[in-house]
This record gives sequence, structure tokens and C-alpha cells, in this order.
Amino acid sequence: MEHSTKDHAALAQDFNKDEDRVDWHDETLWFIRQKRDKAAHQIPEWEALREAASQIKNNVLSNLYDYLLQFEKNAIANGIEVHWAADADEHNQIVHRLINEANVVRMVKSKSMLTEECGLNEYLAKHGIEVIDSDLGERIVQLAEEPPSHIVLPCIHKKKEEIGEIFHQHLGIDAGISDPQFLTETARQHLREIFLTRKVALTGVNFAVAETGEFVVCTNEGNADMGAHLADVHIASMGIEKLIPERKHLGVFLRLLTRSATGQPITTYSSHFKKPREGKKIHIILVDNGRTVQLGRKDFRNSLKCIRCAACMNTCPVYRRSGGHSYHTAIAGPIGSILAPNLDMEKYADLPFASTLCGSCSNVCPVKIDIHEQLYKWRQVLVKNGYAPAAKKAGMQVMTWTLSSPGLYHTAGKVGRWVIKYAPFAVNNKLNPWYKQRDMPASPEWSFSEWYKQNRQQ
Amino acid sequence: MTSRELILTAVKANQPERVNLPDISVFETGTKGSLQKFATVLAGVGGNIAYVSGHEEIVRIIKAQYGSDVRIVSPIKELAELSRENLKDIALIHDLHDVEVAIVNAHFGVAENGAVWVTEKEMQHRVLPFVTQHLAVIIDADAIVPTMHHAYGLISTTTYGFGTFIAGPSKTADIEQSLVIGAHGPRSMTVFAIVKSEG
Repeated sequence: MEHSTKDHAALAQDFNKDEDRVDWHDETLWFIRQKRDKAAHQIPEWEALREAASQIKNNVLSNLYDYLLQFEKNAIANGIEVHWAADADEHNQIVHRLINEANVVRMVKSKSMLTEECGLNEYLAKHGIEVIDSDLGERIVQLAEEPPSHIVLPCIHKKKEEIGEIFHQHLGIDAGISDPQFLTETARQHLREIFLTRKVALTGVNFAVAETGEFVVCTNEGNADMGAHLADVHIASMGIEKLIPERKHLGVFLRLLTRSATGQPITTYSSHFKKPREGKKIHIILVDNGRTVQLGRKDFRNSLKCIRCAACMNTCPVYRRSGGHSYHTAIAGPIGSILAPNLDMEKYADLPFASTLCGSCSNVCPVKIDIHEQLYKWRQVLVKNGYAPAAKKAGMQVMTWTLSSPGLYHTAGKVGRWVIKYAPFAVNNKLNPWYKQRDMPASPEWSFSEWYKQNRQQ
Repeated sequence: MTSRELILTAVKANQPERVNLPDISVFETGTKGSLQKFATVLAGVGGNIAYVSGHEEIVRIIKAQYGSDVRIVSPIKELAELSRENLKDIALIHDLHDVEVAIVNAHFGVAENGAVWVTEKEMQHRVLPFVTQHLAVIIDADAIVPTMHHAYGLISTTTYGFGTFIAGPSKTADIEQSLVIGAHGPRSMTVFAIVKSEG
């Protein structure tokens, strides 16, 4: 599942080759955005809830040191073992060690974007450990040997016919089946066998409560619970920013999370793990992997408030029409584009530019992250640090030159209007990136300054 | 330095100036939740509600719906006649894999989202409400709170090793956004609301 070396624009271009699929993808995600709106509008205090959630998260970031210590102390008192991982490698090594200690070579895993971020599956595969993803969407992309394209709906880019073909190849169903009910039942039977035979289960963490040392995992399918309650060892991986101060704050976040994500009033299961089952083990791995660096970036620390609802992706006009894989990072879309450059500025320099800065992401964010403003700020940082793409740099140079000379500016405008009018082939061609998937606008008769001069004289 | 020390040191150095917590008690208005709203929302998330007078009626309904050939389990002593086994005697939880119907008590329901709160004590085995093909949950018809804020108000006075909000049957829409009921857990979820007779 190695990511390609193409940038967002090139990957989006690949995705855009099939126009019908792009339209379908666009409409599907917009449908989810509309469900979100419907759910949000049923709560009169919605905006106040968003503000409260934002303030709680601000408090968490400002007091994270104490909350981490408090959580650790309470979790240990509850009988949970707490581990600390500075980076992805250390996280993977800890998981590997825990699997070894359980004397097994197989593990079942529910959705955890953190393990995607850390490349856990690939790491364990190299060490001879088999991991099976139990979320239906994740299992589908795992069988297809692809990364998830969306953090809530991992195989949203796949058509049911393609999923039928994957199940035909891997799970032995007849060819040509595409009924979602049948396909889901097939996965249910296949994964039940996995749940019943795995001794180690890994889950993600939606929220961890400093006050009580418990953590909450939300699913609709029940896969996290099936895995964790049937295993001897439950490993829960979480980024250090997932902490919240008190249990009562879950009320705010659980009201916002699923309404923002899919328009449901709550996930089917919101499971609170406080103590291990008698004689069994729960391990929590607290992972940094760049989060403390982001915490120190004044302009970007707000990105750590994210509760992974994906509302920003569903609403984003770029995400909807470029697909999750075009972001070539574990967390796609607007939020992923402000998280990724923190991990690797060079590798992800293209992502903050994959946005129209329309601000729709910030408007739907349940914890009020200023996503589009951070995208804009990342652009400044990336250009200053020399990570801007070469073509963009050259273009900017020409613009600087043109805009700093009024004479040149007026001449350039005249030439441009003349070309569009008399020589449209000079711009309506493949060499002009603005011409892709668009028609160039008709040329105006005159410039504003020409119009102004004439009208003032009258 | 250990990773723990490294992380904590970096957090301390980089965390911004202290910001206070907001007052969230403002969201906890009213005390009583609407049973009707609970029922409507529960139906919207794929669950069913049945209003009953007591355990005897629940026994009758379960028997009529599932017959006596399938495995039915419940830790509730008033429902003992439905089951041929005592959940306490189960040594290996994996033996629960072929349970057809499980019936457990819940503490209360939440009107805004159709969820009920169940803890380990009522489940006997944590996996029970997930592994069963069909789940039934019993609440008092009076025990409905309006929102999650009220729910956590009630939970704050209790202790548990594991607890979960359950809202309807297990489901997924991962394949082209088509809703399918019965992903990995129960294929149906029924809430029995016991309505106390007047006087």
C-alpha cells in the first residue's frame, strides 16, 4: 500500500479521467453533507454546542500536560496498562511486542486512523503478523490492497460492483453479485470467524477521559466491541490530543460527532472502557508522532482539536471532485492537509494548495477549527521554506514583476484580452492548466481602468 | 529520557497559555425526556419499541416471536423461564456465538438519539449484546432523559468497568451509502418499555 510519488494535482487528474465517477463521488458526499445539515438543524443549541466543544478542546490543549498525567494515573488505577510512544516506529514496536507477549501471530483491528498514520499493518506484515481490519469499509480496501480514501467511509470511492468482484476473488462468492445486503452478510460471516478466533484486538480511541481514566470507542457496526470483548488482550491506540477533561464533556462531543459525520443522532455503539475484564488485559498506547510539535505551532495547533468526523471532507468541493487518494496521506481532505505538512513539509507541500479556501470546511467543523485559514497560513510557511512547486514559483515571479509595473500590467491585460478574442487557440489548449475541465470565459471589451477613464470624462 | 518524559516535556514546553473550561450546565434544561420522541428517534435508527405491562408480557412476546427452538439467554431472573441456561455458568464467552436472542436491562433511554445505557452488570458478559443475533432491552417507560447531558448526569453517580450506549441494531452504509442492518452485531433491537399501570 505504498503511496505514489505524484502530487495532489496529478492524482486528482487521474481521478478526473472518469467524469461519471467524479460526478457520482461528488453527489454521494454532498448527500452526506446534506444529512449533516438536517441533523444539525434539529438541535436549536447547535452553534452553542460547537462553541462549547471548541472551548473544551482549547482548554485541553492548554492543559494537556496535567490531563495526560491525570489520565495515566486513573487508567493505571483502573487496571489498564499505559504505554507512551514518541513516534510511529515506537508505536508499532509496542504493538508488536504486545502481540509477541500474547504468543500469537494474528490480530483483529477496528478502525484507527492513527494506525494508518503509523503504517502499522505494513510494519506487522513485515514481521510476520497478520492483521485483519474488521470495519466493513476498511476490510474492503484492505482486500483491494488500497488505503482508505475517507476516514469515516473508507471505501466511499468504490462502486458496489467492484466490491462484489473483490469478494468474488477473496471471499469466494459468485461473480457478478453487487447487492449491498448480500455483500454485507458475506463480510459478516467472514469476520465473525475472525472475531471468535483472535486473541488480540486493537481498537482506536474516540475520546479518553482524564477524570476517570476510561476511553470511548464509537462504531455503528459493533466491530470494535466484537473484537475487544472476545480477545484476551485489547490494545487501544490513541493520539495524545484525544483527551477530554471530564466524563460529562462526552455529552457535548457525542452529540456533535455523528451528526457532523453522517447525520445520525449518535453511533449505534458508544462504548466506555474503564476496566479490563477479569483476568484479561487492556493496554493504551499514548502516541505523540509530531503532535507536540504541532502543539508548539501557534498558527496550526488548533488542528489538534479535530474529532475525526470528516464533515470538512464531505463538504469540500476539492475533496469531492478529486477523491481521498489524491491527498496521498492517511487523513485526506482539508483537515488532513493541515495535519500532514506538520509531519513532512516537503512530502506534503502540495496539500495546502489543494483548496479553494472557500471556508466551507471551517463552517461545518464541530470544534470550530479555522481550517481554511490554516491552509492559507501553511502556504506562506511552505513558500518561505522553499517548498513551493517550481511552476507555482515561476508563475508568482511573473505576477510580482507584472503587478509591480503599471505599464506592464496594462499592456499584459490588453494582450490577454486580444488573445482570448482573436486567438483563443493560444489559451484553449492542454498547455493551460486553467483550461482543464473548464471553458475559458469570454473576453471583456475593455479593462476596468479604460472603462473608468471613459465614464469619468462623460 | 524515556518516551514518556520526552512527550511530557515537549507538551509542557509547547502548550499554550491556560484557557478555562466553558460552563456546559446551560445545556441541561428540563428534566423529563419524551417517551414518544425516544420511540420516534429509535425507529429512525432501525430499532423497535414495545410498550408492555411487565415481565410476563415480555415472556409472551418473545415466545411468540422466536418460539422455543432457538437459544435465548438473559441474566434477568424474572425471565428465567425463557432460557434453559444460567449465564453465570458460561466459562468460555465464545460459547455465546450462537445466541439468537439476548434480553438485558438498561438504566435509561435518551430521547434525542434513541440510545439506551447498559453496563457490564446488566450484560453479565460484555460481548453478549454484540454477539447475539437479536437484542432486546428493558427500560422503565419513565426512565427517559432528554439529552446526553442529562444522561451523563445520571451516569456520574454510578460505577462500571464497561458501559455502552446502544442505539438500534448494528448497521453499516459502507457500500455505496446503502443502509444495511446487521453488520457484525444484532440484526434487530427491541426496547421493551414497561409502563406502570395507574394506581
